[in-house]
Amino acid sequence: MRFRLTEEQRALRAGVRQLLERRFGADALRAAVARPGHLDRDLWRELGAAGLFALRLPEEAGGVGLGLPEAVLVFEETGRALLPGPVLATHLAAGTVPGAAAGETVVARVDGPLVEWLGAADTVCGDASGAVPLRSVDPLTPLHRVRGDDVGAPDPEAVLLTAAEQLGTATRACELAVQHARAREQFGQPIGAFQAVKHLCADLLVRAETARAAVYAAALTADPADIAAARLLADEAAVRGARDCLQVHGGMGFTWEAEVHLHLKRAWARAQRGGGSTESEEVLAADLVA
Amino acid sequence: MDLSYTPEEEEFRARLREWLAKVLPALPAAPSPADWPGRRAHDLGWQRMLYDAGYADVHWDSSPTTRLIFLEETERAGAPYVGANFVGLLHAGPTIAAEGTREQRERWLPPILRGDEVWCQGFSEPDAGSDLAALRTRARRDGDDYVVSGSKIWTSQAEVADWCELLVRTDPEAPKHRGITWLAMPMDAEGITVRPLRTLAGSAEFAEVFLDEVRVPVGNRVGAENDGWRVTMVTLSFERGTAFVGEVVACRRVLGELARTARGNGRWDDPVLRRRLGRLNAEFRALWRLTQWNVSEAEASGGVPGVGGSVFKLRYSHARQELYDTAAEVLGPDCLDLDRPWVLDRLSSLSYTIAAGTSQIQRNIVAERILGLPKGR
Repeated sequence: MRFRLTEEQRALRAGVRQLLERRFGADALRAAVARPGHLDRDLWRELGAAGLFALRLPEEAGGVGLGLPEAVLVFEETGRALLPGPVLATHLAAGTVPGAAAGETVVARVDGPLVEWLGAADTVCGDASGAVPLRSVDPLTPLHRVRGDDVGAPDPEAVLLTAAEQLGTATRACELAVQHARAREQFGQPIGAFQAVKHLCADLLVRAETARAAVYAAALTADPADIAAARLLADEAAVRGARDCLQVHGGMGFTWEAEVHLHLKRAWARAQRGGGSTESEEVLAADLVA
Repeated sequence: MDLSYTPEEEEFRARLREWLAKVLPALPAAPSPADWPGRRAHDLGWQRMLYDAGYADVHWDSSPTTRLIFLEETERAGAPYVGANFVGLLHAGPTIAAEGTREQRERWLPPILRGDEVWCQGFSEPDAGSDLAALRTRARRDGDDYVVSGSKIWTSQAEVADWCELLVRTDPEAPKHRGITWLAMPMDAEGITVRPLRTLAGSAEFAEVFLDEVRVPVGNRVGAENDGWRVTMVTLSFERGTAFVGEVVACRRVLGELARTARGNGRWDDPVLRRRLGRLNAEFRALWRLTQWNVSEAEASGGVPGVGGSVFKLRYSHARQELYDTAAEVLGPDCLDLDRPWVLDRLSSLSYTIAAGTSQIQRNIVAERILGLPKGR
């Protein structure tokens, strides 16, 4: 048993992080927030060229030939970086929708009653007829509401990769909270020296690391109950993590200017995918008496 | 990343399973919790069986993964846990192995492995709990002996132990971490009084130990005088990583039983309760994976357990309390009947966020040692 990242997996993660830091840094993030619904097509093609969408296609089909564990590491990074766009939908469509793998075609995907990025997409998987735009809480996730309630069973891979993105958010929220707690001084010392703040940060890490074990294991087993567990833990780590991060930031956390709200809003948006948490809870309850 | 075991590890598992299936049916039933001598004899008997079968030193000499498999399989099979051998096998023994002289290792280690001698722990004091280094039990040198006076608390097995791993203050002038010494105290020495402490679960799980001018030979000191804090830290970090393997396996079994009970009594139809059980399934699946993760880390670092133990303990202790609170919901009014399953476990579970470092202290450890946040004034 070697339940830890291999050298290749570490290198992959570091490579994706570098690419995203270079191509989607703080300025690009601000620009994206200022233009809701706009997708940077150049960036999209660059992501395609880097193999982000074709990651799991076999090499014979022009893909990278990697597996679900590697995809989880990549989605952890896109989640962490707040990368906008239908990354998940396009990744899942690579191999079936022409141009998706290369980042030439932008693919949206109906997920239950919602579609993300419908306006910017070239094509949509699922029935999006009668879709109505809504004023999205998350400035980086434009949303349409689909009429009717044609909600099929959620795709386990989509649920798992969403959990990976949530894990990225949880990890980032912990880093941001710790950075702020070390730098911000009140009463003559860093606020991170106060136990009340320290304990919020510790809980951020505990939730993120527990979720990490669940998400990575689910990527290895691809077992439906493991995936449901990963999802619940990762949603909790991301949503509560972003909220605690906001709390540690105090008044600044409540501003538009600070990055924190973007993580929370994105985590909320992702938590709606795949039938929401009740679906996963029922899967896990049924597993107990199977 | 790989969750599969090597052929050697699988073979170890298969042989162990086979052995457990053979010996466990012949094992005498566990004595009542109040029967201390009976429990001692039972636990030592089990250790002797492990010794004869070649499994006695699995906690000491095996790889973290082998230890994980051992604990997983013994719990699955319903075998006893270390019980009265806890301190000897998991605290005092490893300390002596790491820090003792050759003579000390030869004197104390074989009887622990053979199931001949029981150890208890004299660390905490009434005024030194989370702040263990504030301990005040004094030891002054008198010829070839230390003369020890003071009191210890939360000492499990004190009534039946042969030895006590004892922390004493040998230099009251030094900074608190630097004046502590580690001694092996024979429990039959003059001047020791043991007073059982009754827990909120009704049983006497541990005791207070009063020490009045107890003479301990200088040769029973492990490590240098005043170096006991460092010696102790070796002990405290020893079994992190695999410490809760058996308990996680047990919790997952309890959770399955709870779900079946809920199905039987109709509570399963309550979606709030059902989903709460589903969440607990997620929780304990994740904790099992986190255990495997920490064990893999320990394996990669040459057996040195990391701080991952604190992360695990924080999450696990809370989850286990949540498990028994959910059990109470499944039981309904029967949760007030001490003769029902899980009712005593629910009471016992209240200690998990306190024992071996409260959750508050664990959060300080995580925040300061992993996240690098500053110590408060």
